[in-house]
Amino acid sequence: MGDSAFPATVNARHSALVRVTHWITTLCFIALLVTGVEILISHPRFYWGEAGNALTPPLFKLPIPASRSSVPTGYGYVLPDQNGWSRYLHFQSAWAAVLTGLLYLIFGLFSGHFRKNLLPGQAGLSWRAFSTEIANHLRFRRPSEAEAWSYNVLQRLTYLFVIFVLFPLVIWTGLAMSPAIAAVFPAAVAVLGGQQSARTMHFFVSIFLLLFLAVHVVMICVAGFRKRMRAMITGRAGTHMEGT
Amino acid sequence: MSNFSRRKLIATGLAATAGASGMAVAHRLARRYGLIPPDHGGIYGAGETLTYAAQRILTRHSLAREFPPSQISKTPFPNGEAPKDEAFKRLQAGGFADWRLAVDGMVARPASFSLAELKSYASRSQITHLACEEGWSFIAEWTGVPLSRVLDAVGILPQARYVVYFSIQPDWWDSVDMADALHPQTMVTYGMNGGELPAGHGGPLRLRVPRQLGYKNVKYITRLTVTDNLSRFGKGFGSASPEAGYAWYAGI
Repeated sequence: MGDSAFPATVNARHSALVRVTHWITTLCFIALLVTGVEILISHPRFYWGEAGNALTPPLFKLPIPASRSSVPTGYGYVLPDQNGWSRYLHFQSAWAAVLTGLLYLIFGLFSGHFRKNLLPGQAGLSWRAFSTEIANHLRFRRPSEAEAWSYNVLQRLTYLFVIFVLFPLVIWTGLAMSPAIAAVFPAAVAVLGGQQSARTMHFFVSIFLLLFLAVHVVMICVAGFRKRMRAMITGRAGTHMEGT
Repeated sequence: MSNFSRRKLIATGLAATAGASGMAVAHRLARRYGLIPPDHGGIYGAGETLTYAAQRILTRHSLAREFPPSQISKTPFPNGEAPKDEAFKRLQAGGFADWRLAVDGMVARPASFSLAELKSYASRSQITHLACEEGWSFIAEWTGVPLSRVLDAVGILPQARYVVYFSIQPDWWDSVDMADALHPQTMVTYGMNGGELPAGHGGPLRLRVPRQLGYKNVKYITRLTVTDNLSRFGKGFGSASPEAGYAWYAGI
């Protein structure tokens, strides 16, 4: 290993652990999303409470065909059924995502990553800073060079919300659908209002995560796709600021 | 080589050694305590093994939730119709008086039970949730005889590890480990919501495993085989489900 690699490591925009966990999570998220959609289309109806089925009035239903003939969708055809491998892959990806998330959480707490990079400073939480940031976003103003090195207050709050609210919620509502987990932790299901409520919430939290992903990708394109991707892959933020 | 990279190399080496030996120990413990599912091979084996092992450790003795009668679903979804073949129709016409449940394999006294014999045992009723892997569910009151009672009657041998169960429908069979087989809520079920178990719901006999999804709750059961080895059944995955692409363990 050459000594020339040393400064780049020290001044990395994103630490190696953040980069590795970011991309593992990305892969897991895509797998969970695709397989989640496949599982969903076998019964695109949602209920509230403990139980619900094709004979029960739904809370709402998606206007799409289903992959099972037992669901009254109004369509004259049935989509190909992909539940088997989708379920296997969904749970395997969930395990990978949860274990990666735990590693990231431990690292984030002990390295100061959360404190330094994600918790907004006092100045950032003022109304003035907040409204300036929102105004900048509304005017589609491209971020300054300095922002390649640090997150603004909106980014910080969004990432914290995704990491500490949406991810735990999607895991919880997912586990609450499991009959075995419901047997060990009945309160975790009761608090959500029942297993069908948990399924409905799992769907909505996934929609929020998908929205986050869409905005995240759009913002990366606005800020400069190549630079941001390089920062998250190699750790280097930008050529002329290297070593600062 | 700088100090920095040497230290890093040593740390990586130590971590890799610890990781590898940790995995080896985990594997031995998992085998020792029966935490490896029969469909542990293939690309999804890791996730499947983690799920089964974690849930077995957590849920070995936990009870499925039971609900008050007010929670019983008004519209339980049968998901399918009674078998249309002649053998089933003939038995149905006779009020299932000739229906038999054979129990064989690693048992001291292989036996074959009629419905009347099964009903002569002390019955158990429980109001539990039945959830399909598709996402829908219903709650019903189920009445039957605990599987453990039937196994007591035939005397399972100490080396028994699984109970395999077969439907009158030749392509539907499954198995559970002893934790589920001997679980107090696992029932050979013949009644539902105060009446006979309707044919659409698996009547005359259905195995209810309330801590697992609907497809483990095989309808129209005719035979139980106690075994210590699932490799002799079908393709060796412990169930027809993995052969159709579904997980053997469905507690998820």
